Amino acid sequence: MSLVDTALAVVLGTLAMAAFGFVAGLTVLGIDRKLAAHMQARIGPPIRQPFIDVAKLLRKENVVPENAIPWLFHAAPVIAFASTITILLYLPIGGIAPVFGGAGDLILIVYLLTVPALAMVAGGFASGSPYATIGAQREMVILMAYELPLAIAVIAIAWRLAAAGVAEPFSLAAIAANPVWGVVGPLGIVGFAILFVILAWVTPAELSRVPFDAQEAETELAGGLLVEYSGKNFALFYMAQGVKTIVMAALAVAIFLPWNLSDFVAMTPAVAVVADFAFFLAKVLLVAFFSVSLIRVSMARFRITQIVSVYWLWFGVLGLVGLLLIVLDAYAGVW
Amino acid sequence: MKLTKSFNRSLWAFHFNSGSCNGCEIEIVAAITPRYDPERFGIKLVGSPRHADLLIVTGPVVKKMRDRLLRVYEQVPDPKVVMCVGVCGSSGGPFYDSYNLDGPVDDVIPVDVYVPGCPPRPEAIIYGVVRAQEKLERLEGERA
Ligand code: SF4
Repeated sequence: MSLVDTALAVVLGTLAMAAFGFVAGLTVLGIDRKLAAHMQARIGPPIRQPFIDVAKLLRKENVVPENAIPWLFHAAPVIAFASTITILLYLPIGGIAPVFGGAGDLILIVYLLTVPALAMVAGGFASGSPYATIGAQREMVILMAYELPLAIAVIAIAWRLAAAGVAEPFSLAAIAANPVWGVVGPLGIVGFAILFVILAWVTPAELSRVPFDAQEAETELAGGLLVEYSGKNFALFYMAQGVKTIVMAALAVAIFLPWNLSDFVAMTPAVAVVADFAFFLAKVLLVAFFSVSLIRVSMARFRITQIVSVYWLWFGVLGLVGLLLIVLDAYAGVW
Repeated sequence: MKLTKSFNRSLWAFHFNSGSCNGCEIEIVAAITPRYDPERFGIKLVGSPRHADLLIVTGPVVKKMRDRLLRVYEQVPDPKVVMCVGVCGSSGGPFYDSYNLDGPVDDVIPVDVYVPGCPPRPEAIIYGVVRAQEKLERLEGERA
């Protein structure tokens, strides 16, 4: 492929992914709200509600507070939205290979996941509001808190794949080609199930949803990080939130549920792409339901001090137990 | 700033207490319970005036709150509507002619919808929100 072809593919792929992220992200937010409403015995808003909200926000006045730093205040939402779209480019969507193909691996994605959060922190500090400042400080604490269990999960998976003789265990293609469940014995399956649960519990913190939304805490911090944002900028954060939901669910799907329908049922390539895509969406919805909607409806918010001990202590220990099981499983064959 | 249909289906409300007895607050919270479920129509309470389209004011505006009410009103981005819940805010109600009032609300900021009652029932509050949406619609018609 010539350079022009590659550039064209990347540009078109990025645009397609941005469109997909926008539509799927807002839809998943709508479905989440609808499901949460049903769980609370309400009817809930229509599924297209987030689209209406964004359309309205784009019409609103864009207020910049007097003691804000304007360029940073305006840049933060753009960076947050753009960086979430960027992560999407590294993730396989159903049978469709990621746009940036083999260029990135799991470690890169774990790092990229911090960029939207850091953009929100920068925006919060740039707002010049005490509420936003406290929110930004909390966001940084939470960022450091969930990093440990997330890193344990990622390392455990890659280590087990390497122990099973897979070359380049951190690459998503290798993970997709060797579903982790098939590699291990019963002990390892328990270990991976634990890691899957941990990833599901890291998701709400990454998305700042209840019970880990101490940085936005409407009742104490009046919206925290986002307190000063209105209009277009707030709409960008809103959309980034939707895309991030898709990213986290797609990451869990890519690592733990990488199967495609076309692996099991024979079909022509054209049908396979559509079927795999639909199957991928179903898996994403399932993961989003369990890791976002169900947790957020059934829990109250943790205090910021509790969040750190929950992640470092409880999920850290749980992750190490999972890692230990996987290590034992790897050596069980040798003994 | 143009008004569109999306405002009618996504009205975010910020609640401001200017010295009310808390009776109206209880009824506002009752109006967002699952029994009435205003989220069906996209109405929700938000934590920051920056996110709001609708400013719900309760209470008769005591002297200390006048300045704060003005500032919160300024913080709500345009286009916005103001709704005054309870007789306190409309006329002073039980606190009529009191020495420590700067109110009622419409002496301080322009009010679009009044919901009378001490406190009003949740049904009345929801009806008030519907009237606020109608007002937005009318404004939309005038500007178009
Ligand atoms: S209107 Fe009545 S219930 Fe409402 S704040 Fe005033 S005194 Fe209290």
